[in-house]
Amino acid sequence: MEKKVLMKGNEALAEAAIRSGCRFFFGYPITPQTELAAYMAKQMPKRGGTFLQAESEIAAINMVYGAAGAGARVMTSSSSPGISLKQEGISYIAGADLPCVIINIVRGGPGLGGIQPAQSDYFQATKGGGHGDYHLLVFAPSSVQEMADLIGTAFDKADQYRMPAMIMGDGMLGQMMEPVAFQEERDPSSLPEKPWATTGTMMKRKKNIINSLYLTPEELENLNNDRQKRYQTIMENEVRVEEYQTEDAELIFVAYGTIARITMSAVNMLREEGIKAGLIRPITLWPFPTEAIYARAAAETSKAFMAVEMSQGQMIEDVRLAVNGKKPVYFYGRNGGMVPDQEAIVKQAKQYICK
Amino acid sequence: METVFDRPHALSDVTLSYCPGCTHGIINRLVAEVIDELGMEGKTVGVAPVGCSVTAYNFFECDMQEAAHGRAPAVATGIKRVHPDHLVFTYQGDGDLAAIGTAETVHAAARAENISIVFVNNAIYGMTGGQMAPTSLVGQVTQTTPYGRKVENQGYPIRMSEMLSTLQGAAYIERVSVDSIPNIKKAKAAIKKSFQCQLDKKGFSMVEVLSTCPTNWGLSPEEALKWLRENMMPQYPLGVYCDRLQEEVEK
Repeated sequence: MEKKVLMKGNEALAEAAIRSGCRFFFGYPITPQTELAAYMAKQMPKRGGTFLQAESEIAAINMVYGAAGAGARVMTSSSSPGISLKQEGISYIAGADLPCVIINIVRGGPGLGGIQPAQSDYFQATKGGGHGDYHLLVFAPSSVQEMADLIGTAFDKADQYRMPAMIMGDGMLGQMMEPVAFQEERDPSSLPEKPWATTGTMMKRKKNIINSLYLTPEELENLNNDRQKRYQTIMENEVRVEEYQTEDAELIFVAYGTIARITMSAVNMLREEGIKAGLIRPITLWPFPTEAIYARAAAETSKAFMAVEMSQGQMIEDVRLAVNGKKPVYFYGRNGGMVPDQEAIVKQAKQYICK
Repeated sequence: METVFDRPHALSDVTLSYCPGCTHGIINRLVAEVIDELGMEGKTVGVAPVGCSVTAYNFFECDMQEAAHGRAPAVATGIKRVHPDHLVFTYQGDGDLAAIGTAETVHAAARAENISIVFVNNAIYGMTGGQMAPTSLVGQVTQTTPYGRKVENQGYPIRMSEMLSTLQGAAYIERVSVDSIPNIKKAKAAIKKSFQCQLDKKGFSMVEVLSTCPTNWGLSPEEALKWLRENMMPQYPLGVYCDRLQEEVEK
């Protein structure tokens, strides 16, 4: 780890990506992720990389497809409406088993929505997004430092499982400045080999094909089933979750990203008032920390759960599935770019507890 | 015994999926012959489109990527930026290149993206059963223009070679045909020029190949060749539309 520097979340993501060995970035301008692309435009030429501003998000994600298929560590970034446009390409990337990293600095929707922070793309990120049966690895950092830390993990896991990974932030995380320390820079040539990539046969091997078309139903089903097995392995091994004060908690919040930090303050406020509150913070949204939540739901100590989100309630569906009817699950959320403060969360929590 | 005619090495020994009498097979072969002649098979990555040549990744011996509909130039851009010294080509039909993928095509050309596009224009959507293409002729009867393409409803066909030639990033653009032996020879020379243009790092190049679709035109292969000559060639004149190969590339 190097000395800490003060940086915007978007810039920290870009710097951390370059340090993770990413030398190819394809993007299209959109608020509130603009600084990320701007940082890449400035840094990539100096550090032997390629920055390309595409004509659309659709083109950008298909450039990512081409570069990933050609064996490169590659990334794109956007925000909600742009991510919707990328979904076609993301489905093809998943279908062709290509690794890459996609950043979504989420803003309010639907439609053009707004440019203020939101978490209303949870369904889109965790349930597929494009057509077909597939998943992304979805990481949800809650600080600038965690953004910088998770991007290397996202690249490595994407390579390991040959699938796209998404960092799901929000306009708040992207725009705010915090101290951040970066990992040492990795040499792209030190990254694992990709023998399946279209690097040219050099007349030494059989040709490689990057493809998601299988016209024989049996073949397509077999491939999809193999991918599901990989997803199963991921669900067993790659869940990341942080628990805060959950050991004796009666009220357990579940929150991720920006709102998880605010909820942590709400936990502290409630504790000061003698209310035993705790927080489960999913760091991976897919795979979702189902077991960690179920363990707390099955314990005698817990009385109720409360999902706190910057949306109208999306993650709460996964929380309910995890709790599996063991305890009541309540919801508090603001949306459209509204970010609730800890007092609002505390007030809402007390209403449920006093029921 | 001396071998006087054989399958090019870069063309896979498989049954092509094209309909009998369709000229796609000829164009596939020309591309493979050029790859052989340039000695580039080991350093070539091809991009197959969505359309009749959707499974073209099975037809060439070089590394191949299959692209989403219309996105081949973007996919090729990604590949080329990773492997700038490789030969990267796309093989696209008219629906893929001139309708759903117009933006990707125009911007690849505008960027002077150093890739080669083989654009097969047969004035119809073949794979989906004969719908109107952006290059369908005025009056042409298709599944979705059963009363003929009418200017007041569907407007005019797009002349992609002419349009792209106005862009400074385009280095070489030629329209050819594979309706006759002399034209097939010219088509091959054009494809070779386009690939060489890329190897010389001159920028974007495209060869538009007028091609037949006997199945969806409802004609015999021979009648289809005649229809191409009599109807397509007046709308899509053959020739070189853009040649900046002698110009110094601005750095």
